[in-house]
Amino acid sequence: MSNGASVLTTASTPAVSVENLRKSFGSLEVLKGVSLSANDGDVISILGASGSGKSTMLRCINMLEVPDSGQICIGGEAIGIKRTRRGMEPADQAQVDRIRSRVAMVFQSFNLWSHMTILENVIEAPIHVQKRPRAECIAEAEAILQKVGIVDKRNQYPSHLSGGQQQRAAIARALAMHPQVMLFDEPTSALDPELVGEVLRVMRSLAEEGRTMLVVTHEMAFARDVSNRVMFLHQGMVEEEGAPADVFGAPKSERFKQFISSHR
Amino acid sequence: MQQLSYFELIGFGPKGWGLALLTATGMTLAVALCGFLAGSVVGTFVAWAKLSRNLAARTLGDGYTTVLRGIPDLLVIYLFYFGGSAALGAIGSLFGADGFIGVPAFVTGALAIGIVSGAYQAEVFRGAYQILNRGELEAARSVGMHRWLIFRRIIAPQVLRYAIPGLGNTWQLVLKESALISVTGLVELLRQSHIAAGSTRRPFDFYITAAVLYLVITWFSTYLFQRAETHSMRGIRRAS
Amino acid sequence: MDFGFMWDTFLQLLSGIPLTLNLSFTSVAFGAVLAMVLALMRMSGIRALDGFARAYVFVFRGTPLLVQIFLIYYGLGQFRPTLQEWGLWVFFREPYWCAILALTLNTGAYASEIIRGGLQSVPHQQVEAAKACGMSGFLLFRRIVFPIAVRQALPAYGSEIILMVKATSLASIITMMEVTGLAAKIISQTFRAVEVFIVAGLIYLILNFAITRIIMAFEWWLSPHLRRPSTVEPRLEAAHV
Repeated sequence: MSNGASVLTTASTPAVSVENLRKSFGSLEVLKGVSLSANDGDVISILGASGSGKSTMLRCINMLEVPDSGQICIGGEAIGIKRTRRGMEPADQAQVDRIRSRVAMVFQSFNLWSHMTILENVIEAPIHVQKRPRAECIAEAEAILQKVGIVDKRNQYPSHLSGGQQQRAAIARALAMHPQVMLFDEPTSALDPELVGEVLRVMRSLAEEGRTMLVVTHEMAFARDVSNRVMFLHQGMVEEEGAPADVFGAPKSERFKQFISSHR
Repeated sequence: MQQLSYFELIGFGPKGWGLALLTATGMTLAVALCGFLAGSVVGTFVAWAKLSRNLAARTLGDGYTTVLRGIPDLLVIYLFYFGGSAALGAIGSLFGADGFIGVPAFVTGALAIGIVSGAYQAEVFRGAYQILNRGELEAARSVGMHRWLIFRRIIAPQVLRYAIPGLGNTWQLVLKESALISVTGLVELLRQSHIAAGSTRRPFDFYITAAVLYLVITWFSTYLFQRAETHSMRGIRRAS
Repeated sequence: MDFGFMWDTFLQLLSGIPLTLNLSFTSVAFGAVLAMVLALMRMSGIRALDGFARAYVFVFRGTPLLVQIFLIYYGLGQFRPTLQEWGLWVFFREPYWCAILALTLNTGAYASEIIRGGLQSVPHQQVEAAKACGMSGFLLFRRIVFPIAVRQALPAYGSEIILMVKATSLASIITMMEVTGLAAKIISQTFRAVEVFIVAGLIYLILNFAITRIIMAFEWWLSPHLRRPSTVEPRLEAAHV
């Protein structure tokens, strides 16, 4: 498969497409023209050393960072950005809010709202952003918590849960939005090794349901076994991309070879 | 004339000042409470200015807290009392009224307390905001919450929780500051004690009573704030 | 805004500064001694002394300063015959001394907590090290504990001094013509509250700024061990992402 080309393009609109994304922090250029296209049901693992720009790319897709140039489309809808005196800003904040509620993000540090119980965390956005009826949200939230295996913790506060449980709660919070795309920003990096498995199991089951997922991770086993595409970023550019069997079996890039060997 | 005993003097009998003192205590609480709430509003805006990315807003906010914490509260009270009357007088003369128009002392007092305590509350709110976990705000943005919703659902409840001890201190300050409002003639606890002292020539008895009443309020509000703090800290893991 | 009037006001208010500073420094000086005594009582381990100091701090921090001033200036008048008998009336008759007494008692309560905090922050190991060198009692306190505690407590004590400068304004209510007293007089004569407020406020801000600077200089002078050697090159670290 050719390097850099989007391999699985079909006639339908991609769930996420990113074209020629650039982003600098001060004089440091973190993203130097990255492109990506994910169709419905794709699970793409994004690998790279720290500082390679992988997290920044994910944060741009959710507009937590506003790119300097390039285009991001969610379900065919391009996010407008404009240049102001203060730097780049979203052209239309309402559009950003609307798109964000279709693109859910799971953070490395969980970021559960500490003043709300687990259940309150999960129903917060469906009720207040999506304006859905409370009773429906609660019923659904309980079903989701059941699925990620922490329904018994629903009335506890985040600080009373282990890291693995908190991350599963954060995933539940993301799922409750009915997202078209889920973004995972190193979801297991902040966890003790013995807690990583429970989170990965939940993510694997989501992948098997056919959810569209972009996962920044260091878990090689997940990238190899669960995702259907792997992307390796190096210094803000796509260095290697393809199906896991291809890229892990016969890596073309020297740097990716080194990366794999250093991460087993 | 037979000297009244201390308890007859401050009691609720025909010659006692009990009811007057109690009413005045209520006035102290009312003016302090209104001033404190006004200060919360002022403090929120000033804290917001101090945390702003806008340099002009930040400078204004910093200037506000520096100035208001650096000058005597009594001066601020004079400014509002006399300045407010002057402003009203100027407006009044436009409509043909003449001379000195007094601003209600309650309004003057509550406003002056609000302006001063706003500076202290701004520092409290700013400190509390800075403890807030940035990631939680990011999570709120990532689910599409807009600014006002984030403020209302995520920032305000948490900032309030972290601010309770600082607000407790500010409340004590406000309560004591309210005694200064007596210079404008508002009949709060100290003013009432002053009146009673003058009329009975028993100043010590009345001022000591006032002091005790202030202590009771202080002590009780400390208790309430501690209750509030314990209650709001549920869900936060304590280092054990 | 009438700058001529403001200049005149400024000149008039200047004459109140000596009294403002006099009240501040006299009461801070007496108050420091009182605070030291109270702090030592708190830390004495003797229940009666500890309890007394606690009660003292609770009462003086829990009541308005103006009530304390009135209690001393007007309230003690109720016992005038007795005070005259004891020869104390000459003292309590004077608003100046009543103001000094009230301010001293008040700052003593606040400052004792600051000093106690400073004393408690002295690391136990440093005391042990001094004991190992054969120091004890007053020598240990004077050479080791006290210097460390002072450095620790100085910033908070600086704020307390600023608060005292502000608090002296209350003396104007018992006829002391310091800066606020003069300002109130001018306002009541001219009804130009805003201009007078600006000038008086400015004077307090300048006083406080000067005091802050003096305390900072004192802190610097007390802490040679925390100063950076002057030859150190500025450290600039490149941002890493």
